[in-house]
Amino acid sequence: MLMKFGVVIFPGSNCDRDMIYVLQNILNQKVEILWHKDHDLHGCDMVILPGGFSYGDYLRSGAIARFSPIMNEVQEFADQGGLVLGICNGFQILCESHLLPGALLHNNNHKFICKNIFIRTETDESLVTSKLKIGQALKIPVAHGEGRYFADENTLKELEEKNRVLFRYCNERGEVTDTANPNGAVNNIAGICNAGRNVFGMMPHPERAADTTLGNTDGLHIFRSVLQYAIA
Amino acid sequence: MSLATEQKPTLETAINLGLLPEEFEKIKSILGREPNFTELSLYSVMWSEHCSYKNSIRWLKTLPKEGPHMLAKAGEENAGLVAVDNNLACAFKIESHNHPSAIEPYQGAATGVGGINRDIFTMGARPVAQLNSLRFGNINNERTKYLIRGVVKGIGDYGNAFGVPTVGGEVFFDDCYNINVLVNAMSAGIVKKGKTVSAISYGAGNPVFIVGSATGKDGIHGATFASGDLHEDSAEDLPSVQVGDPFTEKLLLEATLELIDTGAVIGMQDMGAAGIICSTSEMSAKGKHGMNVWLDKVPLRQANMLPWEICLSESQERMLVVAKKGMEEVVQQVFDKWDLNCTQIGEVTEGHDLKFYFRGELSAQVPAESLVLGGGAPVYEREFTEPAYMQLNRAFNPKTVPVPVDLKQVAVHLCTHPNIASKRWVYQQYDSMVGTINMSSNRPSDAAIVNLKESDKALALTVDCNSRYVYADAETGCAIAVAEAARNIVCSGGIPSAITNCLNFGNPYNQEVYWQFVHAIKGMSAACTKFQTPVTGGNVSFYNHSKTGDKEIPVFPTPTIGMLGILKDKNRMMTLDFKQPGHAVFLIGKTTDDFASSEYLYSFHSIKNSPAPYFNLDEELQMQQVIIQLIEKGLIASAHDVSDGGLFITLLESSMPRNLGFDISTDEDIRKDSFLFGEGQGRVVVSVSEENLDAFVDIIAEAGIDFINLGTVTQGEIKIDSEDFGNVSCYKELYDTALEKILN
Repeated sequence: MLMKFGVVIFPGSNCDRDMIYVLQNILNQKVEILWHKDHDLHGCDMVILPGGFSYGDYLRSGAIARFSPIMNEVQEFADQGGLVLGICNGFQILCESHLLPGALLHNNNHKFICKNIFIRTETDESLVTSKLKIGQALKIPVAHGEGRYFADENTLKELEEKNRVLFRYCNERGEVTDTANPNGAVNNIAGICNAGRNVFGMMPHPERAADTTLGNTDGLHIFRSVLQYAIA
Repeated sequence: MSLATEQKPTLETAINLGLLPEEFEKIKSILGREPNFTELSLYSVMWSEHCSYKNSIRWLKTLPKEGPHMLAKAGEENAGLVAVDNNLACAFKIESHNHPSAIEPYQGAATGVGGINRDIFTMGARPVAQLNSLRFGNINNERTKYLIRGVVKGIGDYGNAFGVPTVGGEVFFDDCYNINVLVNAMSAGIVKKGKTVSAISYGAGNPVFIVGSATGKDGIHGATFASGDLHEDSAEDLPSVQVGDPFTEKLLLEATLELIDTGAVIGMQDMGAAGIICSTSEMSAKGKHGMNVWLDKVPLRQANMLPWEICLSESQERMLVVAKKGMEEVVQQVFDKWDLNCTQIGEVTEGHDLKFYFRGELSAQVPAESLVLGGGAPVYEREFTEPAYMQLNRAFNPKTVPVPVDLKQVAVHLCTHPNIASKRWVYQQYDSMVGTINMSSNRPSDAAIVNLKESDKALALTVDCNSRYVYADAETGCAIAVAEAARNIVCSGGIPSAITNCLNFGNPYNQEVYWQFVHAIKGMSAACTKFQTPVTGGNVSFYNHSKTGDKEIPVFPTPTIGMLGILKDKNRMMTLDFKQPGHAVFLIGKTTDDFASSEYLYSFHSIKNSPAPYFNLDEELQMQQVIIQLIEKGLIASAHDVSDGGLFITLLESSMPRNLGFDISTDEDIRKDSFLFGEGQGRVVVSVSEENLDAFVDIIAEAGIDFINLGTVTQGEIKIDSEDFGNVSCYKELYDTALEKILN
């Protein structure tokens, strides 16, 4: 029941090693490193776009990375139903690539924010939340300057109606409040999926909450959900 | 123009470049001729205070450098190197970027972060953790707020994109830093033993590459600027401030580590202060070889740069690499992969001379050795006298200070004071969790604990210096800085291993400032010897003062200590937070009736002159050894040292993470304000569960150490001698939001 994950390294990625460590050393899965200049996904079951500052996040977060050679293959893979997960900068790249709708704007306080926050599970009908209970609050760190999710009204309506919001920022009791929203994201949205429910993006970093040594393993629930794929 | 035909600069030019008349004479005698302008420029930066340590080296040499775990001694490499276990070593160093940050806070601080990280990875170590120590002026000044916002954003934007977590630091405010802020950045990296690279050049015919960013006019004479005064017109020195690009630094890191793995490297040095001339001369002097450099081959980012500008440019994110002849292709391939410049600009030669060519002409020829610290760079001994203010400090009489009627008012004053209140407005702008090694993110501890994924061990890192104590008494104050760093490491479950220092002082030609410097070094020596924490390196930053008219007002003497400790067993990490109501609370170490130099005395009573707080080096060490023993035996539930704000603040800080409180009794033989807010050193608050109480008491009794049974942990209420001091939640709100109320 091993899965093969492909972790893309863009110039400026800096959460790639953390992701690989969790997948390989903590969850004992196979990992293929995918260099941004390559054109081969090496038969991976899931492609992960890790966090970081691809191309320095110059111009706009994710705006340049979407033109990396490997993104052609990622696009094709996603179009055919392949699993793609973007974390933080990965989420930004997926939005810039239009694999996910909406955009990630500057935090409403115009500062970079790194801290533990809580996210409420909004649906169990997605691969990344399949092992979670609706309403369950997870403690997961965020670390971003441009993390305020935004989409136009029609898009939001569709996301909400089609149950495509994966997570919302909440307090530790699972209540979705304004004060629990670290960046001003519309509807407190922290993570979404596409219409095909095979492309996932989230700003919080589950890979930073997956090692008992660091005292928080809430992120493992998300990875264990993903590993359901191998069983199914 | 060639060496022969160029018009030769005069003494006046030399003085304008920051050289002394006797240094100009010395240059002529080294060369056996008049230097040209380019050569004079090379000497002026290499012999600047910043590069040569000419006014400090005599005293730096007296610091203890030997230790059981040292792999590279101070000055031998770009950073100190300490063995962590049989396989791994830690390279770590702290450096100042004060003057650039005072002029252009964002770029000044950002490039400070970039520079210190390059010092680590140029040795082959992958940076794993960053810390910083920041000093600002009065937080209510608009300029201070501008500087804080810029410095914090600069550190954040650079460090966050570079992808190395900022795991710890300190922020301190005092009027003495109104003009001249201090920005000290520290980095620690991990390298497999035997895989380190030296900053050395040898082997005639070996190619010399410049890699990374292109060279521009930014930062020319930056080292000289850093060695001069900040004055009203300093903003006009803006071109002396460099501009950082963390994205290129990240690529340079990955490319550099990949290059080292190829085995093609002879030696490597980053380009920081004094740019090409610094790395070519230091590497050549160390390898006892010469070098020919063709300056026209250096990739430039602006047109019409002159030879001396290319040599002195401090453009960031560049390295000098000396590779093995025949492996040029290998070097090129690595940098092509990472889309970075990589250009051969010279070759190693027999002999000792550096020869810089430009458009076919020889622009400069100088012996490498003559430029560098430990070689031809001047060494001065300065005179010193005790500062006049020391009389005032000694004259302090605590009896003249009344005990306030309402001590709750003091408690609120202290917990909302910018020097004590939560620094979350600052540290939440830093990525503290990238790298997934920060063990203190979810479990607060006095020192930052850094997980070594390939080992059972962890690193403990801290930066400390209460500069008010150093001002009060330079020798004792600096020893306290070392002791506090060690105490933080011990309270986190670590064993102190080694230090790096960043010595921020005023003008060394001011005899009172030099007295502070000399006595701080003496205090550091004594404490480092006692704790067996050798000094692995660091840097000296003089000329930190403000000028009004003819009067120079130095900053507090600020010898920042960055300490590395090792947790032998990472599962034995100790945290600072109280765990459960009902746990007993003890104060370990001698409590004295003393509130000298406390934040309480300084800001509540506005008494600025007093001696350093109580401190005894032997008692401190004994106390720390008891804490180590208690942690090893698993007998305490928390440990937190008593520092700024005194016992009350320590108890509050242990209470807040879990919303607990404390119910304690004071000692009737000691003034209550001393007891609660005094900053006497050598004390740690621990909490103990019922089941461990007997074994705990046995150990401290056996050690024969002073201790006080303070009381117990509560559900959240704070009581002192049965008096209600309110609930922890009220203090927490005040403590957490004090800084953002001023800065947002």
